[in-house]
Amino acid sequence: MKMKNFGERIPQSLFFIIALSALTVLALITVFIFIEGVPLIAKVGFFKFIFGMKWAPSQGFYGIFPMIVGTISVTLGAIILGVPVALCCAIFLAEFAPRWLSDIVRPAIQLLAGIPSVVYGFWGLIFIVPLIRNYLGGPGLSILAGSIILAIMILPTVISISEVSLLALSPLLKEGAFALGATHWQTIRSVLVPAAKSGILASIILGIGRAVGETMAVIMVLGNAVALPNSILSPVRTLTTNIGIEMGYASGDHQQALFATGIVLLVIIMILNSLAQYSIRRK
Amino acid sequence: MRKSDAKSRLFFRFSFIFCIFISLFSLTLLTACGRNADSVVIAGSTSVQPFAEVLAQDYMASHPGVSIDVQGGGSAAGIMATKSGTTDIGMSSRNLQGSETSLWSIEIARDGIAIIINPKNPITDLTLQQIADIYDGKTTNWDQIGGKKGEIDVFTREDGSGTRSSFESLVMGKSQIMARAMVENSNGAIRQLVADDPAAVGYISLGLVDSTVKALDLGGIVPSRAHVVDGTYNLSRPFLFLSLKTPTGLVKDFIDFTMSAEGQKILYDQGLIITVTNP
Repeated sequence: MKMKNFGERIPQSLFFIIALSALTVLALITVFIFIEGVPLIAKVGFFKFIFGMKWAPSQGFYGIFPMIVGTISVTLGAIILGVPVALCCAIFLAEFAPRWLSDIVRPAIQLLAGIPSVVYGFWGLIFIVPLIRNYLGGPGLSILAGSIILAIMILPTVISISEVSLLALSPLLKEGAFALGATHWQTIRSVLVPAAKSGILASIILGIGRAVGETMAVIMVLGNAVALPNSILSPVRTLTTNIGIEMGYASGDHQQALFATGIVLLVIIMILNSLAQYSIRRK
Repeated sequence: MRKSDAKSRLFFRFSFIFCIFISLFSLTLLTACGRNADSVVIAGSTSVQPFAEVLAQDYMASHPGVSIDVQGGGSAAGIMATKSGTTDIGMSSRNLQGSETSLWSIEIARDGIAIIINPKNPITDLTLQQIADIYDGKTTNWDQIGGKKGEIDVFTREDGSGTRSSFESLVMGKSQIMARAMVENSNGAIRQLVADDPAAVGYISLGLVDSTVKALDLGGIVPSRAHVVDGTYNLSRPFLFLSLKTPTGLVKDFIDFTMSAEGQKILYDQGLIITVTNP
């Protein structure tokens, strides 16, 4: 009996330690980013850092406001373009699609999530950017190009989570609506979607998180200029691309400023994730 | 009882293998950290890095048993690492300034900077002042400087890049590159975008100019190796090897190899400009 207890306890504690190590890594990374970044924010001043308009590390200017605006505008564009498509797709898969069709579409969408982001970026640079330049004007590297790429990239996240939350609804809801004489579309519109609201909202928030955090794909199509955009055809820089594009040569204060950019990103992502958690738990 | 016995034995075997794996791993890490007598570490400018890698490969081929490790990091990091002694040879793609000049340095080659535009653009020649005006935002349309009507798409390198700091000191003078300029973090990306966009202007290493883009003349001077060597085309920067002290032993031998006719020919063949000897 003792032997058995021993044999049970060891894997238990070992798995516990391994699980802890994942948490420790998260804690270490967070602590490290803060240790590296906070001194610079303190030196520059919190408001000057967040709302500063000029970014020129070699001259001592560290203002990231244009990048915050860039992140928000690109993400907003991705949501406007991507979410309606994703929701229609999720409703189609959950409600209309015959089994054989959804068996094809669902893996295909998951495959979309498996394409490396640098491939999206390269495709955007070679295909989307010239299209925008030739038909809409401007340099082509723009908020619009970034939004289109990100809209495609958030599809798998939004589709799969909304579909799951639609499928998880009790069949009683649907049967009850049918029994009251509602058509299929009426049932979807006024019973199923409102009932799955929290899951759908969570899927959108996680999609936003994905869009905010994406780096490689947007670095190639955004143009990365650190200035406030005046139209959707203007180039912008996001918080992630700021780190991605400048880390190669950064040292000293410049490097700390990139970590400080990372803090802002981390805080944004943390807020988004807790919003998503909150909306999933609230029924 | 028996079954769980077997299970726990299996489990122990696994953890045993795991432990061995961990210790082997840390052992390799330890040996990797120890500096070998027959090895040279080179670190710094990512512009010099590819050329140093070719030199190192050739040197290692003729000197078996010697290992030369070439790393990037940027000019600033290379200078810092040389000062602190963490690298044997530092690489810099800009001149040393201030206290940095106390380091031992040698110019292994020069690299020109070419101002490039799309081949469809009719302009062939600009002055340094006109280029500076484009980059600081005073000139925004090609028709202001004799081209076809169309807004100029200005491309620059990221803050911290050696190419950018050379461009700033050679072209911009006191004025600054405007915030609206689009930023890319490699020569290749700038060349690709300029090749695609008829309204674009950018700057890259002279050795990387190819038929997809057009390099502008500067006030009548064609950007070429000969014009960099004789000083008439003055958009160029040095590629430096640095050392904390006057080099000795293997480090000296490698630098001598770089400066020899054979080493200089390698650099010339890779597209750099040779000022020391004529291969």
